[in-house]
Amino acid sequence: MIRALQEVDVARSARNGAGDAQAREAARAKIEVSHLDFYYGAVRALRDVSLTLPDRSITAFIGPSGCGKSTLLRVLNRMYTLYPGHRATGEVLLDGENILAQTMDVARLRFRVGMVFQKPTPFPMSVFDNVAFGVRLAQRISRPALVERVELALRDAALWDEVKDKLSQDGRSLSGGQQQRLCVARTVAVQPEVLLFDEPTAALDPISTLRIEETLQSLRERYCIAIVTHNLQQAARVSSVTAFMYLGELIEVGSTEQIFTAPKDRRTDDYVTGRFG
Amino acid sequence: MSRSLRRKVTNALALALSAVATVIGLTCLAAILWTLVSDGLAGVSGHLFTDMTPPPGSAGGLLNAIYGSAALTVIGILIGAPIGILAGTYLAEYGRETRLAGVIRFINDVLLSAPSIIVGLFIYQVVVVPVGHFSAVAGALALAVIAIPVTVRTTEDMLRLVPQGMKDASTALGAYPWRTILGVVYPAARSGIVTGLLLAIARVSGETAPLLFTALNNQFWSTDLAAPIANLPVVIYQFAMSPYPEWQQLAWSGALLITLTILLLSIAARFVLAVLQPAKRSR
Repeated sequence: MIRALQEVDVARSARNGAGDAQAREAARAKIEVSHLDFYYGAVRALRDVSLTLPDRSITAFIGPSGCGKSTLLRVLNRMYTLYPGHRATGEVLLDGENILAQTMDVARLRFRVGMVFQKPTPFPMSVFDNVAFGVRLAQRISRPALVERVELALRDAALWDEVKDKLSQDGRSLSGGQQQRLCVARTVAVQPEVLLFDEPTAALDPISTLRIEETLQSLRERYCIAIVTHNLQQAARVSSVTAFMYLGELIEVGSTEQIFTAPKDRRTDDYVTGRFG
Repeated sequence: MSRSLRRKVTNALALALSAVATVIGLTCLAAILWTLVSDGLAGVSGHLFTDMTPPPGSAGGLLNAIYGSAALTVIGILIGAPIGILAGTYLAEYGRETRLAGVIRFINDVLLSAPSIIVGLFIYQVVVVPVGHFSAVAGALALAVIAIPVTVRTTEDMLRLVPQGMKDASTALGAYPWRTILGVVYPAARSGIVTGLLLAIARVSGETAPLLFTALNNQFWSTDLAAPIANLPVVIYQFAMSPYPEWQQLAWSGALLITLTILLLSIAARFVLAVLQPAKRSR
């Protein structure tokens, strides 16, 4: 059953594939990770990970729980620096600039690399202020420009039509799916270059999941997007590149089509065919 | 006795004992409230709020004491609350599990349960003795010292209830910790912090011991913060001990007044929690 579903999905992504292939040719590397190791105290959570994330396309990270995919994502915007004892070694280049360098201004980095989390986390303020929060941090901007920016971000997140009449309502009063799209809008509003999604639909119902996936599709043309997901069908549906991780190592990375139909590594094959994980 | 019978008996016994304990506790409370209301109400009249504390043997009111208590409480909270909130913020957001934070938390807990008379003695030693006389300022300082540990505790507890995910989301948008705290954490914990403040006010407004050596008392109307000032708890203490029936009546009325104030503050605290709490929609 799972296999059959996957084949449908793979066929679908293969259909989209022709355009993707061309896009990939044109896409330059936005992020280059090389020889990245990550430690939670003494525990080594990432082992010598190297890969590139192409611009203007979606890269999916799959793998069983604890394989390090979320950890990798949190390195890309240096979220790990919040916690003492967490450290990364190696090199992560964003447009050629090493973001792991001590001199890196993490706030400026996070303006460029936005992140959406698993659980929707609307701030305790109005819908408008939620979306404007990051913008106000990142830049000085006139009120009319801000209003325009908020509307644009909410449209990008496919939320505008549902909230345009309740912009002053508390963000927490929206439904779960709307809250998550609000978080997407909040992240997009800053106009970052890279978007990181850490299991963005794990806490959502199927319809809200569909909405988020549609949003991802509409954003792919403008951003370098990385998504961590436990849902293999989702990876097949939305991404053009897929990376399989296992026990802190990057096992295989390739076009989504190739990973799901002709994986080179046996472990990848076992995982995508549902034999473990 | 069979096992099931023994269980039933044990259960019935435990139930009966806890019921008796509840009744005893509630009876004491009801008795206190009844005495307070019946004896206190007798003295409640317009004069209570318009006249000064009288000399022995004549009628009067509690105006100067009510004003003094309000002034001491307001100043005490104005000094104590910012310190308490900032310290609580440090513990919850910056210090967290560090050694220093642990030590501060421990000392704060000790201070929280320290007898308030010790706080009074402390302020007497460091403020009243060097200055040379009792003063309203010294009283307010003593109340501030009492309010600080309460505020530290409630603030820390309330800030810790703010989901980490919300703070992470703010950080991920490029906010430095102080922006996250001001922009996200405080608003999210607002109702809890306000409740903590109201409870601190309630706690402080009934304190007697720390005022005995600091604000002392004043028979007359005084707004001079450098001079001794009248206040309800000390007036109650003095008047209740006196042989004069007029004074004793005023003490009862003052006690009722304080109790009602604290009752109102507690109700306000519950109200604030209920109203400011966001209308969370369950998914």
